[in-house]
Amino acid sequence: MITYALYFTMGCFGLGLLFNLLLVVRGPGQADRVLALDTMVINVIALLVCYGILQGTAVYFEASMLVAMVGFVSTVAYCRFLLRGDIIE
Amino acid sequence: MTSESSFLPIIALLPFLGALIPGVMIRAGRTATATFTAVPTVLALVMLGVLAPGVLNGTVYTFSIPWLPQLGLEAAFFLDGLGLMFACMILGVGLLITLYARYYLSGEDPVGQFYTYLLLFQGAMLGIVISDNILLLLIFWELTSLSSFLLIGYWKHLPEGRQGARMALTVTGAGGLAMIGGMLILGNIAGSYNLTDILAAGDLIKASDWYTPAVILILLGAFTKSAQFPFHFWLPHAMAAPTPVSAYLHSATMVKAGVFLMARMWPALSGTELWFYLVATTGLVTMVIAAVIALFKDDLKGLLAFSTVSHLGLLTMLLGFGTEAAAIAAVFHILNHLTFKAALFMTAGIIDHEAHTRDIKRLGGLAKLMPITAVIGIVAALSMAGIPLFNGFLSKELMLEEASHTNWWENPWIVPVLATVGALFSVAYSLRFIFHVFGGPVRDDYPSKPHDPPMGMWLSPAFLCIFVVLIGVAPFLAEPVVNMAASAVTGHTTHAHLKIWHGLTPALYMSIIAVAGGAVLLLLHRPLDAAWIKAGPFYAKSAFDAVISGCVSLSRVISDNLHNGAISRYLAIFTAATVTAGYMAYLGGGIAPQTREMLPIAPVFAVGWVLLVCATGVVVFQHHMRYRALVVLGVIGLMVSAGFVFLSAPDLALTQISVETVTIMLLLLALHFLPKTTPVEKDTPRRLLDGAVALAAGVGVASLAYAFMTRDLDSISFYHLANSYKEGGGTNVVNVILVDFRGYDTYGEIIVLGIAGLVIFALMEALLSGPAGARLRNSGYNFDRSHDRHPLMMVVSTRVMMPIALMVGVYIFLRGHNQPGGGFVAGLVFSIALLMQYMASGFAWTMRRQQFEYHAMIGWGVVIAGLTGAGAWLSGTPFLTSAFGYVHIPPIEEFELATAALFDLGVFLCVLGAVMLMLYSLSRMARHAGETVNLEPLDYDPSRPAKMVEKGKA
Repeated sequence: MITYALYFTMGCFGLGLLFNLLLVVRGPGQADRVLALDTMVINVIALLVCYGILQGTAVYFEASMLVAMVGFVSTVAYCRFLLRGDIIE
Repeated sequence: MTSESSFLPIIALLPFLGALIPGVMIRAGRTATATFTAVPTVLALVMLGVLAPGVLNGTVYTFSIPWLPQLGLEAAFFLDGLGLMFACMILGVGLLITLYARYYLSGEDPVGQFYTYLLLFQGAMLGIVISDNILLLLIFWELTSLSSFLLIGYWKHLPEGRQGARMALTVTGAGGLAMIGGMLILGNIAGSYNLTDILAAGDLIKASDWYTPAVILILLGAFTKSAQFPFHFWLPHAMAAPTPVSAYLHSATMVKAGVFLMARMWPALSGTELWFYLVATTGLVTMVIAAVIALFKDDLKGLLAFSTVSHLGLLTMLLGFGTEAAAIAAVFHILNHLTFKAALFMTAGIIDHEAHTRDIKRLGGLAKLMPITAVIGIVAALSMAGIPLFNGFLSKELMLEEASHTNWWENPWIVPVLATVGALFSVAYSLRFIFHVFGGPVRDDYPSKPHDPPMGMWLSPAFLCIFVVLIGVAPFLAEPVVNMAASAVTGHTTHAHLKIWHGLTPALYMSIIAVAGGAVLLLLHRPLDAAWIKAGPFYAKSAFDAVISGCVSLSRVISDNLHNGAISRYLAIFTAATVTAGYMAYLGGGIAPQTREMLPIAPVFAVGWVLLVCATGVVVFQHHMRYRALVVLGVIGLMVSAGFVFLSAPDLALTQISVETVTIMLLLLALHFLPKTTPVEKDTPRRLLDGAVALAAGVGVASLAYAFMTRDLDSISFYHLANSYKEGGGTNVVNVILVDFRGYDTYGEIIVLGIAGLVIFALMEALLSGPAGARLRNSGYNFDRSHDRHPLMMVVSTRVMMPIALMVGVYIFLRGHNQPGGGFVAGLVFSIALLMQYMASGFAWTMRRQQFEYHAMIGWGVVIAGLTGAGAWLSGTPFLTSAFGYVHIPPIEEFELATAALFDLGVFLCVLGAVMLMLYSLSRMARHAGETVNLEPLDYDPSRPAKMVEKGKA
């Protein structure tokens, strides 16, 4: 049962990724693109966790933690660039 | 190998060691410097003296130490008759030249340098004559070219000296290059690079298909070195060197290196038709042409230079004949030429030194003004002319004798007639040297009133003249030496009998014709000279210069077109070449049939693929909008990392995502100061062409990947998988490969990374203090931007995240050996954690809290990694062999301690330092652009009364 649930979840997040890509490409604003990228990071984290559950290993969980951390940092960097121009003042 | 043999490497090394001394004692004066130059020479001569009796009895001393046995290179030396004769010549004349140069050079010349170069040359030359390994011989051969370059160009202020040095280096260097090829072929045929083996394999070599190219290449080397036609032109130009150099290198030793080589290789290469026609013909032509030119040279040294070329031609011709008697004549003439020609050069130097001119037309009557010099010069010149009772006569008779019964293309007349013509001109220029310089009335228009030099200066040539006369009168004295060397050349014992009177032989008649004809020519010199000048002889220098400038402009055209400074051009050429090479390999066949089934594609995977393809397409078409392209690049990085996870490579995924983030930050930092859009620089056809190249490369890589993944291949991966735990003590194969199996590569890589970080720092430093910095300072730095400089939310959240992130880094580092992670990722995680603080609270605030210099961190990283690697030596294992053990401290789980972890610490420090230094350097730009720094970590500190934080320049 859990397997099907996982497949369904992964399918949803995959679909979400595609929509996000549309937003990244189309915009309209730069902030929209950055937000879409950030959402993509979250979707990928979800995918990794699901995949880890499916495979029954904890390694992917750790990977997803790291992705979360650096995803946050790069989103901050993109935003600071938009807001202030210089990311390290 | 006897105990005396161990002298051989010492003899070869002594001059090189000795060369260190004169250079540093330049201030001690000429006498002291010359004395210290003589010491290694004398020592080497003494050692040769110890070995000489053995060699005279036919012993061949050998000595060898393996050097690079895989390449067949050994430090092997051997001393036989030929080597001993040459070594004695080199050292003996070297000693005389040392004395002569002491008086010849003025106090203003850098004498120390001169003697250092001289000893370097002497060592190189000695090396040639006693090496037993042809690769070693080649090394010494090149060293003679280099040291002679230094010596010719010794008077750096003279343009002729510099040009002559360049020309000599170009010609002899090119010849040396050809000879390397020939020697390698020879070594391949004989199956050994040892000279003794090659000489023994003569029949095998002559029967080989590769004999012809080997002979031609080796002869190119020998002919250029020994100034044979048509490569003779460099020698007269090398006469711009100080006279001691001309006397030493360009008459006695270096130019004989080519002759020596032909003599050395004589048993292996000579005796064939090819050898005869190539060597003997070249020698004959050189002998005649150079003798003719020499007669019309007004420069004393020019005359002697062409006469040297002519005599070298004579020697070459004799060796080309390939008969035993000719070899004996050649060896004897080498000895005689050395004595009279070195003496003549030194005489010319004395005249130049005293009269301040070398122009024969401005000299004359010197016999009365400088009688000692005149006696020396006349004796030597008579020997050069081949007048009886001087040694030159004896070997010239032998040469004419050999020439008289040599058929050239079944014609018995060509060789004897041309040889007589050569001898005739030789007599003419020798007599001209005597009569036009020393004879005639005393003039009163010399640039300086000449008189005999101090004894130190004429002692050396006088000493040589003693031999000229001694051998000339009592030739049997030279018999043992000639037999010793000739036996070594021919490979079996010779019994030469040197006599003055051979009876009424053809050679005697030829000699008489030559002397009489030479005298007549000299009488006719004035009208002949006028005709010669009117005819306007061909000057090789202009041809040489034309060839060189042609080569220069050709290479300029090639390099300007290939390297026009645009990176797109480089990349296009590189890519196109790689794709072509790959395609050729594919056409060459040998591709195994497909052995693996195609796997089904998971839907999620397909999504990832679509994302990658779309994002890449967007970057290609929208890269002009730089910020947008960066965001899309983020998508690609994310997908690649996720792909690594799905393909069971969590290590790569961790690394990829960290690198991705750091890269994005670097690009954003740089983009701040760059235009936000890329202008279109190329026209459409060009872009289409670029697109085609890129597409071809993409298709190539894709098909390569497809080919690899659909076939079962035997790769090194299986070895790594099987041995990672057994030998590296870790279950994380990727990490074990990085720190153990390929630890050496990693070590190199972290050094490169550290250097890159330091270079960025240095470049930025230079950039900011230069005109770019000024432009930056003047650029307006005011666009509409948010007033939230350091938002409270962000500052608080990064502070909270910092310890977590650091802990994650430590965790990843510690478990790296057995689980995904390692020093590289940990370094990146640490730097991201620190970067967050820079972003949140600003540069100045963070820098005040920074305790360690990033430069030092890089340095320590490299040092720690290096020391860990070197630690393996203590246990007698190779560099970077790791050791490991398990430790159990109660509350913590049992963990492993491996030296690899220490190495990983080095990697960690280096990565952290380099990344931070790069970001630090880039972010410094903003300060130069006039941006203000903050004093407080927060825009608004709730614990303090509100105030405006953004102030002017701190």
